[in-house]
Amino acid sequence: MSLFNARSAWTIYKQELMRAFRTAMQSILAPVLTTSLYFVVFGAAIGGRMQGGMDGVNYGAFIVPGLLLLTLLGESTSNASFGIYMPRFTGAIYELLSAPVGVAETLVGFVGAAATKSLILAAIILTTATFFVDYTIIHPVYALGFIILVSASFSLFGFILGIWADSFEKLSVVPMLILMPLTFLGGTFYSIQMLPEPWRTVAMANPVVYLVNGLRWTFYGSSDVSIGVSLGLTLAFLAACVALIAYIFRTGWRLRN
Amino acid sequence: MLDPILDIRGLTKTYPGGLTALGGVDLQIRKGEIFALLGPNGAGKTTLIGAVCGLVRPTGGTIHAFGEDMGKHWRTLRARIGLVPQELSTDMFEPVWRSVSHSRGLFGLPPDPARIEAILKSLSLWDKRNVQIRALSGGMKRRVLIAKAMSHDPELLFLDEPTAGVDVELRRDMWKQISEMRERGTTIILTTHYIEEAEEMADRVGIIRAGKILMVDEKDAMMKRLGRTEALISLAAPLAAVPEVLAAYPVALIEEGRKLCYRGGDGAGQGKTDVAEVTKALTRAGIDYTAIDIHESSLEDIFVDLVEGREALAGGAA
Repeated sequence: MSLFNARSAWTIYKQELMRAFRTAMQSILAPVLTTSLYFVVFGAAIGGRMQGGMDGVNYGAFIVPGLLLLTLLGESTSNASFGIYMPRFTGAIYELLSAPVGVAETLVGFVGAAATKSLILAAIILTTATFFVDYTIIHPVYALGFIILVSASFSLFGFILGIWADSFEKLSVVPMLILMPLTFLGGTFYSIQMLPEPWRTVAMANPVVYLVNGLRWTFYGSSDVSIGVSLGLTLAFLAACVALIAYIFRTGWRLRN
Repeated sequence: MLDPILDIRGLTKTYPGGLTALGGVDLQIRKGEIFALLGPNGAGKTTLIGAVCGLVRPTGGTIHAFGEDMGKHWRTLRARIGLVPQELSTDMFEPVWRSVSHSRGLFGLPPDPARIEAILKSLSLWDKRNVQIRALSGGMKRRVLIAKAMSHDPELLFLDEPTAGVDVELRRDMWKQISEMRERGTTIILTTHYIEEAEEMADRVGIIRAGKILMVDEKDAMMKRLGRTEALISLAAPLAAVPEVLAAYPVALIEEGRKLCYRGGDGAGQGKTDVAEVTKALTRAGIDYTAIDIHESSLEDIFVDLVEGREALAGGAA
């Protein structure tokens, strides 16, 4: 047996995806409904009164990347965190720990499945959006790349969260109390150029600003921060998550104690 | 021991809270045997199994399986080891068939429906193959966990308290299945806190207490060494001293002479014979008694004896 057990990784991946389809109502329908409501409330009702749109883009279309990101961050994080937390909670993780499976197989399986779910969701949301607003994607290849990058990064982040959490409360605290506010304050529904100083500068400390604007650039070719900075920071976040997970597996923290 | 299938040396585990679960365990397991690890709750049985199977990171010591270092070659070695945990914990929403197939894949083996079918049939789970695990009874759930552990055909199988919470009939059934696995060539290590279970199934027995292996021996020798009969004979009238006729037996007066206590035997029936002789001797001597309470010594009694024996030995040596 080599350094990577492909069949084991594939087994975990398949199992995790199957779990998602078992709970399709919660993992697929719910986000689609939520996003549709955002479009109705923000896009149609409020957007209709926004003369001239935002940065020259119709307001309804302007919020598409932000809304997509809102869902990607939330769902990637919660899917991956639940995926690893549940077996820890029920004790079923014994099987994974006793299997000839290391950090690489575990990540490809759990994180790969969570990221795949996010990509499916992204496709559904972008399709749903066409029913409410007209939008374009100027750089489709960059957009796809960025969506994959964000899904993978936040699935990794969720995986860490699922290993760190020792209660259901902690599991939901991070998405609800940190991720959600950061996303809402990160320019999902507005351009941070609209903010008065000092809030515009303060907003630049919010990492989600770079994610939202990176994705917005791939859609409309313009944004509040440059795409290079956005990509660089997202890649750095991804690398940090991978490093942390490698460390967790080496020490066995929260897994082998 | 020549080429043990499992060779544990100086294994220690101290949990972050400071609790020492294993205090230097040495244990060698022979290929093809059923080994029973006998000990009270909290003795370190589950930690010991966890350390071998990858659930617990040992603090010190070495584990060799199939002649290779588990620390270095865990990937290849773990694929040859199976574990049935004590808790009934698995994804309860999965149907039996998929759950067992999943286990095989997780251990890196290609799908083999014929093998899965054979395993499910051998455990009488075939009729339930499309049923969600949560809908099964406790005994059936445990069989699913056994099926999962067997799905990758392990050469070394750990069963952590396989009959905990299982009724008497199922327990017999489980014993039979474990014997069958052994006949197919699987080496089996099981933990239990029932002496009868160790006695029924094991080739060899190891006794663990407070994270230390107290002794390891062939089952028959162990039972002979540890088996003790205790009899309490309530006397009609208190005695001042043990009657002369009983001098040859391990008896003592307790409760101010109102009861005669016998403690002895060899776990192979000698104790009961002795007690019968004692009562006859009492009758012959005209000493009346009102009740006889006789029982085999419990695991706890054995541990107390063992520990006291050790301390006495240590004291004698000093």
